[in-house]
This record gives sequence, C-alpha cells and structure tokens, in this order.
Amino acid sequence: MSDAVKNAAGSPVVKNAAGSPVVKNAAGSPVVKNTAHDLAVKDAAGSLVEVDGLTVDFGGLRAVDGLGFRLERGAALALVGESGSGKSTVASALLGLHRGTGAEVGGTIEVAGVDVGRASEDVLRRLRGGTAAMVFQDPLSSLDPYYAVGDQIAEVYRVHTRASRRAARARAVEVLDRVGIPDAVRRSRSRPHEFSGGMRQRALIAMALACEPELLIADEPTTALDVTVQAQILDLLHTLREETGMGLLLVTHDVGVAAESVDEVLVMRHGRQVEHGSVTEVLGAPRQPYTRELLGAVPRVDAPRVTGAGSGAEAGEKSGAGSGAEAGAGSGVEAGAGSGAESGVQAGAGSDTGSDAGSGAGSDGSGEPVLEAVGLHRVFGRGKKAFTAVDGVSLTVRRGETLGVVGESGSGKTTLGRMLVGLLEPTAGEVRHDGHTRVGVDPAVQMVFQDPVSSLNPRRSVGESIADPLRARGERDETRIRARVRELLERVGLEAAHHDRYPHEFSGGQRQRVGIARALAADPRVIVCDEPVSALDVTTQAQVVALLAELQRELGLALVFIAHDLAVVRQVSDRVAVMRRGRIVEQGPADQVYDHPQDPYTGQLLAAVPALDPEVAARRRSARRRAARREPATI
Amino acid sequence: MNGFGGFAVRRAAGAVVTLFALSVIIYVVFYVTPGDVAQITCGPRCSPAQVQQVSAQLHLDDPLYARYWHFLQGIVAGQDYSTGTSVQHCSAPCLGLSYQSDQQVLTLILAKLPVTASLALGSMVLWLVIGVGTGVLSVWRRGRLTERVLTTVTLAGMSTPVFVIGLVLMIVVCGQLELLPFPQYVPFTEDPEQWAWNLLLPWLSLALIESATYARITRAAMLETLAEDHVRTFRAYGVGERAVIGRHALRGALAPLIAVNANNIGVLFGGAVLTETLFGLPGIGREMVEAVKVVDLPVVVGMVLVTGFFVVLANAVADVLYALADRRVVLT
Repeated sequence: MSDAVKNAAGSPVVKNAAGSPVVKNAAGSPVVKNTAHDLAVKDAAGSLVEVDGLTVDFGGLRAVDGLGFRLERGAALALVGESGSGKSTVASALLGLHRGTGAEVGGTIEVAGVDVGRASEDVLRRLRGGTAAMVFQDPLSSLDPYYAVGDQIAEVYRVHTRASRRAARARAVEVLDRVGIPDAVRRSRSRPHEFSGGMRQRALIAMALACEPELLIADEPTTALDVTVQAQILDLLHTLREETGMGLLLVTHDVGVAAESVDEVLVMRHGRQVEHGSVTEVLGAPRQPYTRELLGAVPRVDAPRVTGAGSGAEAGEKSGAGSGAEAGAGSGVEAGAGSGAESGVQAGAGSDTGSDAGSGAGSDGSGEPVLEAVGLHRVFGRGKKAFTAVDGVSLTVRRGETLGVVGESGSGKTTLGRMLVGLLEPTAGEVRHDGHTRVGVDPAVQMVFQDPVSSLNPRRSVGESIADPLRARGERDETRIRARVRELLERVGLEAAHHDRYPHEFSGGQRQRVGIARALAADPRVIVCDEPVSALDVTTQAQVVALLAELQRELGLALVFIAHDLAVVRQVSDRVAVMRRGRIVEQGPADQVYDHPQDPYTGQLLAAVPALDPEVAARRRSARRRAARREPATI
Repeated sequence: MNGFGGFAVRRAAGAVVTLFALSVIIYVVFYVTPGDVAQITCGPRCSPAQVQQVSAQLHLDDPLYARYWHFLQGIVAGQDYSTGTSVQHCSAPCLGLSYQSDQQVLTLILAKLPVTASLALGSMVLWLVIGVGTGVLSVWRRGRLTERVLTTVTLAGMSTPVFVIGLVLMIVVCGQLELLPFPQYVPFTEDPEQWAWNLLLPWLSLALIESATYARITRAAMLETLAEDHVRTFRAYGVGERAVIGRHALRGALAPLIAVNANNIGVLFGGAVLTETLFGLPGIGREMVEAVKVVDLPVVVGMVLVTGFFVVLANAVADVLYALADRRVVLT
C-alpha cells in the first residue's frame, strides 16, 4: 500500500497513489466545483472538524448541550462519557445522521469544510463514507446479514466513485486485506455471520477505509469484543492512522481505550463538556471532580484489590469519589506508569488494607469449602457436532471468599457458572455442596445474571420477582413475604416503596440490585455472579461491586464472580481462575496470578488490557507488534 | 447447501406421515357423518335392493378399518374394481374409484389439475407484483399521503370477499365495457393466448384480494428492517434511500414473503373453490364441492391428499428458498 502519502499534502481529488480508479465524488462538474470550494474552505480554516455551540434535542430532551471542539487533520480526539452523556449523538451529528429523525440540531458543525447543518442532501451523502467514515459499535448488527461482506464494501465504494462492479469488488478485497483479514479474496464472499466478532469489526473498518476518508469516526468500536481482540483492533486503528494520516474521533465509555488511541480527550456528561485537554493532562491530572470520579471508578488491572474494608466502596457510592478510588486515580497514571513491576508501589499502599481484612479466611485456603466442582465436563450437541464447552474443571469455593473466573467469550465460563448453580447438568464430574454430591438446584447456591434488563420479567413488579425464591421455598404467608421483600430491597440499597414498581422504571444499576435482592431471598451461602457488571457504566459498576463486597462481609457469603473484564475480577477476587477453551489454565491468589502469571495465556490477556497511561499503552503496543510479527495473530 | 440430500429425505418422510394422518382423519370424519351413502350414490329412485347392491359393491358394509386397509392396498399395490359388468384395473398409486362416475380418482384429479394450477400460478405472479410493489411504494412514500391511501386501500382489499370483486369485475369488464368475453376455460395447450385472456379476470380477482396481505407484510417487514443497525451503517456511508430500500430493506422482507406465499400457493393448488365456482372454471375446487355434496368419499380423500401434498411441497420449496435468501439458515 503506497497511499500513505496522499492525505495532508495530496489533492483530495485524485486520491489513490496506487493508481486504482479512485476519482473521488463521481466526476460531474458540480462535484468538481464543490471540491474546489472545499479546498478554499480548508485553506482558510484548516481544521478537519469544527463544532461550535452544538445542541441536539430529542423532542424536548436535550441530549447535547452547547458542545464545541476542534479536530485538526490527522489528530485524534476521544469523546469519553457514560451512557446517556450524549457522546454517540455527537458522532451521529457529525455526519448529519439526525436529519429527518425529528431531532433538532443547533449550532454549527463543519467537517472538512462542509457545513453539515446546511449542506444539501447530495453533499452530505458524499461526506458520509467519502470524507468521513463511521465505524459502529456492534459489528454483527452493523453489517447486512444477507449480503457477502465484500459486496457490501463494494456497494459503498461504488456510491462514492464511478468504479465498475469489478473494480469495486477488487477494492473491497484490497481493503479487507489491508485490515488483516486472512485470505481476503475468499473471505470477501462470506456473509457476516461467518466472521468472528473481531473479523466483523475489521470488515467494518475496511468499509470505512474503502474511500480513503479524511476522518474516521469510531463509535465504541471495541465494546463488543474480547480484550485480546480489542487490543488488535485498537492497534489496527493506530497503524492505519499512522499510515494514512486520517483524523480519528473515538467515542467510548472506556477511559483505557481512549488512553490507548488518542491525543486529546473530551469528557462529557449530561450532554455537556466536563473537561477537554491532552490525554496526559485529562487522565493524568484531572481538574474536574467528575473526571476524577470517572477515573476513580475504573477498576485497575495492575493494582491489587483495594478492599478498605468496604469504606472506600461505600464512600464511592455516596460521594462518587471514594478514597481508595482516588488513590488509584492519582497513582495509576503517574506512579503506575512503569506498569506491572512498579505497581508494587501501590501494593505497598494497598496491601495493609488489601490483605483481605474482612474475609481473610478465604484466600489462605483455611476457610471451609462450601462449593466444589470436581472434574466438570459439559458437552453440547451430539456426534460430529458435539462441542465441549467445559472440559474438566475442578475448583473450590470457600466460605466468605470470592473466586474470580475470568476468560474470553467462548471460554466456557458461563456454562461453568450454570453448572455450579445447577441450571445445567454436567456431562461428567460433579458439584459438591458442603462435601455432599448435589443433584438439581439448591437454594443455597443462587445466581445473579449478566443482563439486568432481560433477566427480570418486564410484566411483573420487582417485588414479585424478588419473592419468587421465597414462594419456591414454600412460603405462603403474604405479609411475611412482603416484609421480607421490603427488607431485601432496603438491604441492596433500594427503597421498600419500590416493591410495586416494574423493571423498566429502574436504571441498569438499580435493576442489577433487584437481581441481587432476588438472589439473596433464598438465604444463599454462595452466589454465582455471571458478568454482573459488564452491562453497567463504570461508576455504577463500582457501586454494584461495592454492594456485593458489603453483602459478602455481612452475610459471610461466598461469591463466584464470572467476568471477561480482568480489572474488575482483580478488584473483587481473593482467588482467580483463568479459563480458556473450557479449561482452567491458571488458578491461584489474585495478586499472584496477576503479578506473576504462570501461563502464557494469562500474560497475553494482561498485556491486552488497555493501560490508562498513554506511555505504557505505547510501550505495550510495540511489544504486541513485536509479538505479532513473530506469530501472526488470527482472530 | 450442505446436507441437501438429508433434508430431502427428511421432508419426504414428513410428507408421508402428514398425508397418512390426513387420510385417516378424512376417513373417520366421513364414517361418522350421518347420511346414507349408498342411497345417495344410487340415486333417489333406487329400490332398497338396488341400494343394497350398491352398498355391497362399494364395500360400504365393511367396518372402517377394513375399508381403510383396502384403500392403503390400492395405493401401494393397485386394485381391481368390479363395476358390475366389467372389471377395471387401477394401477399402483390407486386412490380408488369415484362412487359416482366409476372413474379413477387420480385420473379425475389430474384432469382438473391444469385448470387449478393455471389459476394459482398466474394469480401468484400478479399478487406478488401488485402486493410487493404496493408495499415498497408505501415504504418509499412513508409518512405521506400516498402511504395513508395505500394502507387504507389494502385494508379494504383484505376485507373484501373474492366473489364481490370477481362479480364486480365481470359485470364491469365483460358486461358493461365488453372488453373481454365472459371467462371460459381454454387449455394452455390448445391456445395460450385465449388461455391467458380467459383467465385474466379470475387471476385479477384472486390477486387483488391476496396482494393486500402481501403489501402489508412487505411494508411491515421493510419498516422493521429499516430500523435495524445495518441500515444505519449504509445510510452513514452515503448510500441513497433508493438503494437502502431496494437492496437492504426489501431483502429483509423476503423471508416472511416466502413463508406466506408458500402456504397460500399450496392451499390454492387444492382448489380456489369460490373463484372457480364464480368463473365456472372446471378446477379441483369445484370438483371437491361436487364430491362433498354427494359424499363421494374416494374423490374427497384424493382431493384432500393432493392439497396436502402441495402444501407440504410448497413448504419444502419455501425452506430451500429461505436457505438461499438467508445463508444463516441451515436446512434440517
């Protein structure tokens, strides 16, 4: 690919130095005039994106409120915020995607000299995909399931060029190859469902690259992906940016992802700008309390568990900026710059509180085992289609401890969790409860599910949902049930008056609290939490994690915490088991596993976690590149 | 399209089971239906002795299971029937003889099938063109007057009986304007042009009614697809509305269209009773009505089995089309 030259210097009319027929914007004369006009504007202003006083209203609801920023050519800016902060709305506004949806857009947006607010439909269409291309969050639903991936890219390419069908198809293969799809000619004929998540995201990026845009807008491009795949995609974006000189606007809720990928960060909340500056300034020395709170809530993978006997967590829930969390924010980026080894500095600070004060019994192996898995196997399907999801897993959960189970999607962790609870029967092996083999479901082992939306029946009040385990146990006295449910609601930080409300009236975090209350209703001794916080914003996530810790301490619960997020698992677990392809590759005390991983896979996982410090991120990236050169990554 | 052989075998086996069950049900239903079949078959002026003779000849005195066994034997091995004076051989897949005419049921059905098939296939083409076209148009002009008018018209179409539309068409086109002669079936093999002209009105009346359903399905499925993420992707890449609707949204409507169409066409092959009666087309539907009226059990069973066969066949074809339209579908 020799087209690295083109952008900044090259004329935007004939783009591809490689000589393929990339005459941008089909060649009609008004187009040429328009391009000339673009050039004039560009010379005057220079910035790739200029947003000023942007407001977006959805029927009286203000999603974006007076936002302004600038993005220079070739630069990278991240819009960071929690859900509902308006960051994705801004991204859509840059391409004029709010037109005709009923949303009211105010202020001015200029992208590569085009006034998005006033541009004609034609100019706008050329901007979309031609000058500025967008990569969406969910790579499965963002591609048409009915057409071959190559055809979809070719279709977009043909919209913006006058290329023949054949040339467009060739271009599709070229960009697919460029983003690292192996055997691109053959794979370009595959449908999206035949691609893995990472490959789909690569295909979307290929589509974005097809017309050599000057600006790439990436809306949560890695949120749906595993951590190792995420690292590969972020590296890919980084390389592409280096080679093509395109600007990047990254929309993300993940501060780590932002730190990895951009030069500037704009923190958003409630549609407004909270803080804007270089990535080192904003993440290293945040000036605004909200930024500090956000950073504080981000779980650290390179710092030991901050227990603080729950006080930090509780404070975090109330004031938003917990003491433990703040310490993390301060040191995580600066002192922790050295990563891995240096985290000993923090370990020193954290270890006095962090040595499992409350539930100490667990980690040193002296606690009595409440739940044991012995040689668990689970096979789905039969014959040739048989698939072994869990392949010989043995583990022990002791009273009052938290066992973290971490692994990427498809590693079998959910299947394991379901077998522990008794929702699935193991194909071989057994689950022992207090030393006895257990058959079927046991009320003493409860489960909290991942998706707080779909795991509650939308047609029943939360009170009824929470009462289910009570009724299942044979409780018939309505007043006693009601009293117990009220008590449980208050126990998980909700109000007793919420009893008769329905799930849709609650926020995500509140719904997960309802889920926890339901699990508590049966007086369990063990709760298996399957990705309990992965659908939640970081600050909410921190609150739910704190609640679980508090319940564990007070009720002496044992927790099995299943998650794909290595940092969260480290922050909640006494011991950690790392799963891959149905097996546990490594198991041990959390700090040992994280600081001195024995299995190469664990090391690989840890290296893929985005670092909050840009310098560390850069160092890890080059390390990953060296590793990738040795053995080509396949995803 | 892996495992197509396995799919075909499974479907064929399924069809046999379905048809077997159908025939049992029909036998039982007719067995318990009141009415003296022998009397009806013989005619009102038969003497009791003659009725007795007919009854014996048609095995009407045998118990149900014996008659059913007889029927199965005919299908597998063929059957000889004595019609009083001569013996008629009915070879292997033998569905029996009509009580009324002593004709072989299969011959009878095969003679009527071209009429019904002409009607069904022709109107299918029309209703797909009209229905899908209307659906696409109302999506294209959504939120405007065109859409509201089309929605109202299709609702009216869905709730109009075929004999109303058919009658109106006949009165206006043939009676008042005299553009066409009153329909009279001409076989395709005799004169294709006359065949088409004579079937035009029956096709139209069936298609107009059915196309309302298709318009609604198309519209609903396309609107649903338009709200999906991948459509947003193509809009965000500057793909025009025409391509978004024509390529991406319409493709999403394919699956429900295939499903409904398969069912419709399968049932129509069993005879469009109202349309055939109204336009005097000698198809399976009209024959069926006649057979039921005189309790001609072999003919009724045969017709039901033919309908069942076409429904099963149409659904199998639909499944193959599904898999072709959406590669995520695996044939099982």
